[in-house]
Amino acid sequence: MTEKVMMKGNEAIGEAAILAGCLTYFGYPITPQSELPAYLARRLLKMENGIFLQAESEVAAINMVYGAAGTGKRVMTSSSSPGISLKTEGISYIASSQLPCVIVNIVRGGPGLGNIAPAQSDYFQATKGGGHGDYRLIVLAPASVQEMADFTMLGFDLADEYRNPVMIMGDGALGQMMEPVVLKKPEIKKYNHDWVTDGAKGRGQNLICSIYLDPAEMEKYVHEIYAKYKIIEENEVRYEEYLCDDADYLIVSYGITSRIVRTSIDLARKKGIKVGLLRPITVWPFPTKVISEYADKVKKVMAVELSMGQMVEDVRLAVNGKVPVEFFGRTAGVLPSCNEVLAEIEKLV
Amino acid sequence: MGKLNEKIIVAGFGGQGVLLLGKLLSYTAMYSDKNVSWIPSYGPEMRGGTANCNVVISDEPVGSPIVTEPNVLIALNRPSLEKFEQILEEGSLLIYNSSIIEVEPKWNNGKVISLAASDIANELGNPRLTNMVAAGAYVKASGVFTIQELIDAVPHVISKRFHNLIPLNIEAIEKGAAAVS
Amino acid sequence: MEKLVFDKPKCMTERPLHYCPGCSHGIVHRIVGELIDEMDLRDKTVGVAPVGCGVFAYWYFDFDFSQAPHGRAPAVATGIKRPNPDLFVFTYQGDGDLAAIGTAEIIHAANRSEDITVIFINNAIYGMTGGQMAPTTLVGQKTTTSPYGRDPETMGKPIRVCEMLSTLEGTTYAERVHVGDPKGVIATKKALKKAFEVQVNKKGFSIVEILSTCPTNWGMTAVDSLGWMKDNMIPYFPLGVYKDKTKEGDA
Repeated sequence: MTEKVMMKGNEAIGEAAILAGCLTYFGYPITPQSELPAYLARRLLKMENGIFLQAESEVAAINMVYGAAGTGKRVMTSSSSPGISLKTEGISYIASSQLPCVIVNIVRGGPGLGNIAPAQSDYFQATKGGGHGDYRLIVLAPASVQEMADFTMLGFDLADEYRNPVMIMGDGALGQMMEPVVLKKPEIKKYNHDWVTDGAKGRGQNLICSIYLDPAEMEKYVHEIYAKYKIIEENEVRYEEYLCDDADYLIVSYGITSRIVRTSIDLARKKGIKVGLLRPITVWPFPTKVISEYADKVKKVMAVELSMGQMVEDVRLAVNGKVPVEFFGRTAGVLPSCNEVLAEIEKLV
Repeated sequence: MGKLNEKIIVAGFGGQGVLLLGKLLSYTAMYSDKNVSWIPSYGPEMRGGTANCNVVISDEPVGSPIVTEPNVLIALNRPSLEKFEQILEEGSLLIYNSSIIEVEPKWNNGKVISLAASDIANELGNPRLTNMVAAGAYVKASGVFTIQELIDAVPHVISKRFHNLIPLNIEAIEKGAAAVS
Repeated sequence: MEKLVFDKPKCMTERPLHYCPGCSHGIVHRIVGELIDEMDLRDKTVGVAPVGCGVFAYWYFDFDFSQAPHGRAPAVATGIKRPNPDLFVFTYQGDGDLAAIGTAEIIHAANRSEDITVIFINNAIYGMTGGQMAPTTLVGQKTTTSPYGRDPETMGKPIRVCEMLSTLEGTTYAERVHVGDPKGVIATKKALKKAFEVQVNKKGFSIVEILSTCPTNWGMTAVDSLGWMKDNMIPYFPLGVYKDKTKEGDA
């Protein structure tokens, strides 16, 4: 499928996963991501080696992912906010055991049961842990259906490369919307699998575990994982700039919100306001360095996101007091209009 | 003519083919190499009662796929008209299904087209063609695509089981276009 | 000339067991090791260790192991087995792990008839966390969280896992045994062998519930605990085969 097709974001993730060699999926239904398991059920159940299993819960699903990832298979699960909360115990185990997998969160309005409209209020959960202990996920934030597909493929590669769980953090709008998308089968590298638990034929025991009762031993292990995170921070920061070169004001915004901001920036430019957009593509690792560099050049920075102010904390850390950092957010499933964001941009001047 | 930026709301009863009408416009846009997004209202909102979808067709990359300030409204029933005419921008295009909407639109700030979509569909023998009639009327009235481009996209949105009905759908599109003077 | 008359199974390691004196885990580990050797399964086995005293089970075997979050061993085993149907996958779970926090996972793994074998150690108490009430703690039994004895009015009665799981269509084999005396140990090995064969023959879900002792948390000597288990647990948890679909001819 290398021609343009119209696809929902949720379905594009499903097809991209299959193209990336992920034939194993475990999940539990929740709106607004249910098209993804439905798509994979239709496809995988007809494939000879396809495994699609609707688990009894999100908790079970993530632990099935843990089991399958330990055998070296490309494996995925997906859910939406409340379901991700349930998965966080398993995610912590997977991160600690250094297993590759892709976890999709099609974020919805919260907290609590909330609603099924688009939101970005799971940013802390995705980038600051969510589950217990010291760990990090690589978190990719697509802003289009094409990126939902592309980042899914990229996510599997990053997961295998670093033996680390990767989260694709979309939202209800990206999951539900259709856009033209081109799906190309990627080349899949051979990764070292000498650690997997697939039967110890001709070798000693391989062990997937995350228990180290001796604190000193555990501390040493956590340091090892953090050395890996440091490499990820050095190599894998991704972001996109739009009209930043001459900007007096820098907006930092990601995912669906960044599209609205882009339109608002076009409107502001027509009014003579020099404003640019920096869109984090990896929200972990966060593009701290480039934002810090812009903070030397611009008059003000503003974070725009669908939350009460979560990513803005990372923006403030990056700016580190060099210039004022403003915040504009809508939350609980409400999207701002481009005119609303424009009004906020005008307030910066 | 300025840059293309159609921010469309298609709304009606569930079963009137509102989502399919939006999909048809989206596919037509894609095959015409325009930027396009389509998003349905989803979840409990779509159970029983009204359905709507948002389509954005643009020369520029699409910003928000969710249309809060529409410049096109295709209303196939009265609740949809009354709900969305309130947020139509000045100079917009409003097409309403006058077969079953017995009131005049309150909005009168641009182009208003009264289209007897359900009647035309019934004359063709199938009330489910209402959406295709409306699609034809929209394309004719907006001039965003040619009618042929619209017709060419039809096979992409109709499931294979119903491909025998393609000629009828095309006829409905043509009748809808002809209804717009 | 020296003649070797007793040795540890080949698939077991040299590491001394960390279990308390009188604990049944050692006996069950040995049976598992003997069967893995005898059935030549070592090269394709992945064990799934629980949270509980058995958390370090992987120390004592030299085949692959995965250590599961508390209660989730059947889900982890499902994840291992589904994309790798030729592996031999067993879970090793205690009563808190399987019958409390992991109730959903065990029921649904059984219901889907996952091709896995569950080794269920029922000693009527939480061992690792220090003697709290388990879902299988007997009525009246004192634990640190039922200090006046398990009160069925407020704490419910002990769950009979084999009986419960045998109601599910997906359960192919379910048997309850004990390791309180040599006869029981021999019966346990026979039951586990049967359960392993069910999986090797791809016949679906098998579980062996093994009534076991925990002298430390029961507050008894090892010898007394064996008697207590037989006198108190067996009457409430009767031994026997609860489900054998291989005999029904429909498995």
